[in-house]
Amino acid sequence: MFEGILLTIITAATPLLFAAIGELVAERSGVLNLGVEGMMAVGAVCGFAASNLTGNPLLGVLAAMIAGMLAASLFGIVALFFVANQNATGVALTLFGLGLSGLIGSAFVGVPGVPIPKVYIPGLSELPVVGTLVFGQDPFVYGAILLTIATWWFIFKTRGGLILRAVGDNAASAHALGFSVFRTRFLAVLFGGACAGIAGAYLSMVYTPQWTQAMTAGRGWIALALVVFASWLPGRLVIGALLFGAVSILQLHAQALGIGIPSQFLSMLPYIVTVIALVLISRNRALLSVNTPATLGRPFVPDT
Amino acid sequence: MKKYLAVIGAFALIAGLATGASAADKLKVCFVYTGPHNDGGWSQQHDTARLALEAKFGDKIETAYVENVAEGPDAERAIERLARSGCGMIFTTSFGFMDPTIKIAKKFPKVKFEHDAGYKMADNVSIYNMRWYEGRYVQGQIAAKMSKTGVAGYIVSFPIPEVVMGIDAFMLGAQSVNPDFKVKVVWVNTWFDPGKEADAAKALIDQGVDIIVQHTDSPAAMQIAEERGLHAFGQSADMSKFGPKAHLASLVDNWTPYYIDRVQAALDGTWKSTDTWGGIKSGMVELQPLTNMPDDVKALAESTMEKIKSGELQVFKGPITKQDGSVGVADGAVMDDKTLSGLNWYVKGIDDKLPQ
Repeated sequence: MFEGILLTIITAATPLLFAAIGELVAERSGVLNLGVEGMMAVGAVCGFAASNLTGNPLLGVLAAMIAGMLAASLFGIVALFFVANQNATGVALTLFGLGLSGLIGSAFVGVPGVPIPKVYIPGLSELPVVGTLVFGQDPFVYGAILLTIATWWFIFKTRGGLILRAVGDNAASAHALGFSVFRTRFLAVLFGGACAGIAGAYLSMVYTPQWTQAMTAGRGWIALALVVFASWLPGRLVIGALLFGAVSILQLHAQALGIGIPSQFLSMLPYIVTVIALVLISRNRALLSVNTPATLGRPFVPDT
Repeated sequence: MKKYLAVIGAFALIAGLATGASAADKLKVCFVYTGPHNDGGWSQQHDTARLALEAKFGDKIETAYVENVAEGPDAERAIERLARSGCGMIFTTSFGFMDPTIKIAKKFPKVKFEHDAGYKMADNVSIYNMRWYEGRYVQGQIAAKMSKTGVAGYIVSFPIPEVVMGIDAFMLGAQSVNPDFKVKVVWVNTWFDPGKEADAAKALIDQGVDIIVQHTDSPAAMQIAEERGLHAFGQSADMSKFGPKAHLASLVDNWTPYYIDRVQAALDGTWKSTDTWGGIKSGMVELQPLTNMPDDVKALAESTMEKIKSGELQVFKGPITKQDGSVGVADGAVMDDKTLSGLNWYVKGIDDKLPQ
C-alpha cells in the first residue's frame, strides 16, 4: 500500500511539475504568463486528438507541445510585441484556451484514449520496493525529472541561462549589452507553452486517457503558485509539486480510512498548505530577493 | 398614430414569419442542457432521447436544443429565448434550471415545461426524475457476489439526498447477499474532475477495495479499475468501452419512454402538469450491459430487477437499521417518497461519517 501511495503521489505531481518548470523559465526572463491553465487545456485536447487520430502517442505529445507553443506565441505577440498588460493577457489566454479546447475537442468527448505503456527498465524494475517506484513509471515521469535537471543546468550553468537571468533581472542593461530582450523573452514564453502543453497531454493521455472540457480543473493555477513556492529554483519546484501531490492524495486516503474529518475540509487542504507555504516563504525577504526576477511582469520597450 | 400602427404591424409580421410557418402545424420540442450534447454522460442521455423523439414522431414535431447552459441567469435567458422562438414544449434538464424554468413558465402560460430533478411545479410545469437507487441496489448485489475482499469503494460528489440514497441502496443490496459487506466512501466534492476521480479510485484500491462504484460523472474510475485489473460500475451512460474487462453494469439513464409519453400527451391535447419519479419498472432506470460476471450473478441481477418491476421487492422496506444502530425503517414498513427524497442518514455497516 505504501508503495502504491508513493506511486500515486509521483504521478499526481508530474503534470504540475511540467507546467511549473515551463512557467519558471518564462518568469526567469521577466514575463508573468497567467495563461498556464489555458495552454494546458489546449495541449490536453490536441495531444489527445493527435494520438487518437494517428494511434501514435509520440505524435500526440508532439502535437500538444506545438499547440501549447502556438497558444503561448499568441500571448508573446500581444504581451511582448504590443506591450499589453501581462496579467490581463495571461488571464485572457486562460479563458481563450479553455473555450478553444472545447471547440476543438467536441468530436472527442466520450472516446477512450490510446494507452501509453509504462517503461520498465529491464532488471531494475524487479527490485523490491524501489523497483516499480523508480524504474517502472510512464515515460512522462522520467521526462519531467530529466527536464527539471536540464532546466536547472541551463539556467545556472550555461551562457544562455545567464542571458535569460540578465534579461529577467535587468532588461535595460541586457539590452544595452546587445542582447535581444524581446527574442529571449519570446523563446522563454514558447518554452513555457511547450511545457504546459505536455502537462495537459499528461492529463488527457496518461492520467485519465480521455478528453473532456475543463479537465485541467485548475492545475495550471496551482503550477503558477508552485513557481513562487519554489522561489524560482527548479529543485524546490520538485519538492513543491510532490508536497502538493502528497497532500491531495493523502486526504483521499484519510477519507477512505474513515477518519472523521469533514471531506470538504480535506478537499481544501492542498490549497491551504499551498497558501501557508507561500506565506512562510514570502516572509523570508532575503530568500525572495535573491531569486525573484527583478523585472517580473514589467514590460520592456527599448528607447532606441 | 399611423406611424405606431405601422411599427406594430411590422413587428407582428416579423413575429409571424419567425414562428408561423413551423409552429402552426408542428409541435416544436426544445431542450436545455448543462453540458455539451455529446458529453458521454448526463446531457448525452437526454439528447439520445431527443433523437428518439424525432425518430418516433417524424414530421409531427421538430426539435431544438441549447447546450452548455450555465445554471443561473444564463439559463433564464436561454429558456426565454426558446419560449419566444416558438417552442411549444421545453425540457430543462438540470436541478439548477428549476427557478428559471418556473419564472419563464409564468411569462409563457401556453408553453408546456418539463423540469428534470427539481421539486417546484406549476400549471404548465411538470417535474420528473429517476429512482436510480433501484439500480444501485442491484449493483450492490453484484458487488457482494463479485468482490473477493468483501469491500467496495464508493466515489461520491456532494452529500445531497440523492447521493446518500444511492450509497444506502447499494449497501442494502450488498448486505442482502453478504451481511458483512463493507463500503468505503470518498467524497471528492465535485461532479466532474477526472484527475481527482482517478486519484480517489487509486486511493480506495490501495486500501483494499476491489470494486469501485461512483456517483461522479467521468469514466476515470472505470479506467483505473481496468488498469489495476479490478471491477467497476459505470455511471449515467454505458461506460464499458472505458474498461472492457473491468466493467460490470452501468447505471444508464433512459429518458426516452418518458419523453415519448409526454410528447404524445402534448400532441393529443391531454398534457397535464405531473410529478413523475420513474425507476426500473417504467424503463427509465436501466442497468446495462451486464458484463464480466458469471451466469449465476447475472441471473441474480436480472431476477432482482424483475422483482423490483413487479413491486415484490422494495429497496427501502424495513427492517432497516441506521448507522448508529437506531431504527431507520420499522419491520414491514416502506419509506414514503417524501422521507426518501430528504434522506440524510447511512444504513448500518457503511464505513464513513456522513458530512452534515
